[in-house]
Amino acid sequence: MFFTYLRRELAGRRRQTAIIAIGMALAIALVMIVNAVSTGVRDAQASVLESVYGVGTDLTVSQDATPPAEGERPDGGRFEFGADDGRTADGSTQLAQSRLTAGMGQSTFDASALDTVQDIDGVAAASATLSLTNVTFSGEMPDFSAAQGTDGAPTAEGGTTGAPPAGGADGAGGSAFDVDSFTVLGLDPAAESVGPLSAVELADGRGLELGDAGQHVAVLDADYATSADLAVGDTIDIAGTSFEIVGTVTSTASDGQSAANVFIPLDVAQSLSGLDGQVTDIYVQAASSDVIPSVQADLEAALPDQTVNTQSDLASTVSGSLGTASTLISNLGLWLSVAVLAAAFLIAILFTIQGVTRRTREFGTLKAIGWSNRRVVGQVAGESLVQGLIGGAAGLVVGLVGIAVVNAIAPTLGSTTATTPQAAGPAGFAGGGFAGGPGAAQAATATEVTLNAPITVEVVAIAIGLAILGGLIAGAIGGWRAARLRPAEALRSVA
Amino acid sequence: MYTLDNVSKTYKQKQRTVTALRDVTLTIPSGQLVAIQGPTGGGKSTLLQMLGALDRPSSGTISLGDAELSHLPDGKLGRIRATEIGFVFQGFNLIPTLTAQENVETALEPLGIPAAERRQRATAALESVGLGDRAGHVPTELSGGQQQRVAIARALVKEPDVLLADEPTGNLDEQTRDEIMDLLEGLWRDRGLTLVIVTHDSAVAKRAERRLHITGGVVTERG
Ligand SMILES: Nc1ncnc2c1ncn2[C@@H]1O[C@H](COP(=O)(O)OP(=O)(O)OP(=O)(O)O)[C@@H](O)[C@H]1O
Ligand SMILES: [Mg+2]
Repeated sequence: MFFTYLRRELAGRRRQTAIIAIGMALAIALVMIVNAVSTGVRDAQASVLESVYGVGTDLTVSQDATPPAEGERPDGGRFEFGADDGRTADGSTQLAQSRLTAGMGQSTFDASALDTVQDIDGVAAASATLSLTNVTFSGEMPDFSAAQGTDGAPTAEGGTTGAPPAGGADGAGGSAFDVDSFTVLGLDPAAESVGPLSAVELADGRGLELGDAGQHVAVLDADYATSADLAVGDTIDIAGTSFEIVGTVTSTASDGQSAANVFIPLDVAQSLSGLDGQVTDIYVQAASSDVIPSVQADLEAALPDQTVNTQSDLASTVSGSLGTASTLISNLGLWLSVAVLAAAFLIAILFTIQGVTRRTREFGTLKAIGWSNRRVVGQVAGESLVQGLIGGAAGLVVGLVGIAVVNAIAPTLGSTTATTPQAAGPAGFAGGGFAGGPGAAQAATATEVTLNAPITVEVVAIAIGLAILGGLIAGAIGGWRAARLRPAEALRSVA
Repeated sequence: MYTLDNVSKTYKQKQRTVTALRDVTLTIPSGQLVAIQGPTGGGKSTLLQMLGALDRPSSGTISLGDAELSHLPDGKLGRIRATEIGFVFQGFNLIPTLTAQENVETALEPLGIPAAERRQRATAALESVGLGDRAGHVPTELSGGQQQRVAIARALVKEPDVLLADEPTGNLDEQTRDEIMDLLEGLWRDRGLTLVIVTHDSAVAKRAERRLHITGGVVTERG
């Protein structure tokens, strides 16, 4: 009887059923889409971060670069060439020099901080890295002494004298300089579980191993290796030292970017850059996600000079259209869903109340012929629940279609991750003085991420849950009204 | 058998109190056919509500057999309505979305009767009111007389002791009225029902064994 009556009511009062179901469907679809897109945006943010910080990193410790004090000369590293360096037979000068310096915007700190970190309760793993930039400066200059009759020793000096940007080796007094820079990350070959190399997979050769400490071996980002025309077995020059390339890796993060172009053992990186015992970042994995706040507090107390960031702090450093999308989704999307959902629930409630009022004599009659209050309330609630579920099913379909449309359009979002050691492409530009003073420029990397709104169990559960919730709320209120009807209502004149 | 002792019913509306029944004392033996007449607002429906255990009197006692209707809780009253009392209303009061068959079955729902038996008894009840061929029709597909026959089948399918009818022919033309009265009278005679009919219609009242008149909540016997 319950199901017969239910079926007959829903079929017999199609308009009411349709209005309630459509309202619920639209609201549920919207909530699903907003939820999926926000998950997508979060995933995109996570993948941008993952490519930089690696998988499983909960916290990072770094030190902000201190801008040079007034009047102090930024030591951005300079290339100094002796008067007779590279002089060739025809009088022109061939110069090449390679320097390894701390990454832009990075300050180094003492590696003993790693021990401090590892002693903190709740830290599951930690590893330290040294983020460096290798800049190779090479060029050719004509024989100025011949041209000008003086024995000038040309210097290319940070930020002061700039060689003419145009020209090239045209033999007519022009000069050509190539500046090739790539990022180098020194890391502990023993600590792969946490840190930037946890987000990569081997493309060729092997990764850094325990025995590589102190060895001049390098692992390259596969993309960088391709663009620099290097392969496993070749050698790469870092700070004037030749390294054997033992492997290449690709990022597993969806934006496909690795944390650096070249990975070398930490101790080698430290000694070549003259930064013995120094690191730029410590990657920390917490024992569980709920101890992250306490680990963060302990780290901050133990390392007052350093900055401690959690993944959520890091997420806020992702800006650009990805950041905008994130803000938009979490504000507008949330409020829009809440508003539409509230409206849909209200419609369902009002129509249910109206339906019960219209059926006063019907329910009075059923009570008069002996139906219990509970039975009548159950009938009303059952109708609302099924209306909600119909709306939920329709909403699920509309929502899934909507999510599929979002994924078909696959909008790309640009992101800028500030203050992160990030792979810079090989830069080749002619001439130009440069003063890469620490703090002079913040390293910022633009990444394009394609938004993919995933259809998760969570999204489906939300749809079903909301449908049931809406149905139950409307049913409870309608049922409460029906419960208050007196059986004597059955005798009310037909009017 | 109904026993009413000093039954009064007052309705409180904002400031004023309406006395719908005033010290009604009367007995209705089992198997009697009683007609209740009176002007509009006289208290006919109110009296029927008391007899039908739809409401409790404000004072006095009313019992049906051993059951003290005036003091039972709602749940018990519902139980008595479900098992012992059948109702027929002026407006038929069928569930508009259910078929004739399903409407009759609603009366068996609170008795917890298995679906197969329920179906069979409803079919038999519809046949007994001459509507065996209309079981699958919804109320809007039936004439007024047919709808009232469905309502009578619904009232009788549970085989009650008492049948209470409030203006059962009020919405019907004369010919249909006579058909319905013939039907009710026949069922009353065959089943030994206690049948109480509220009516404006003297032609209907004339068929009763006993006629009660009620004005201003006061009941008087009439021939
Ligand atoms: N629920 C109620 N609340 C307030 N007053 C009521 C209520 N039910 C009935 N009354 C009043 O009680 C009196 C008797 O009403 P009742 O319905 O019994 O009259 P009736 O004889 O059935 O009239 P009719 O022939 O019009 O059906 C009327 O004055 C009516 O207004
Ligand atoms: Mg009346």
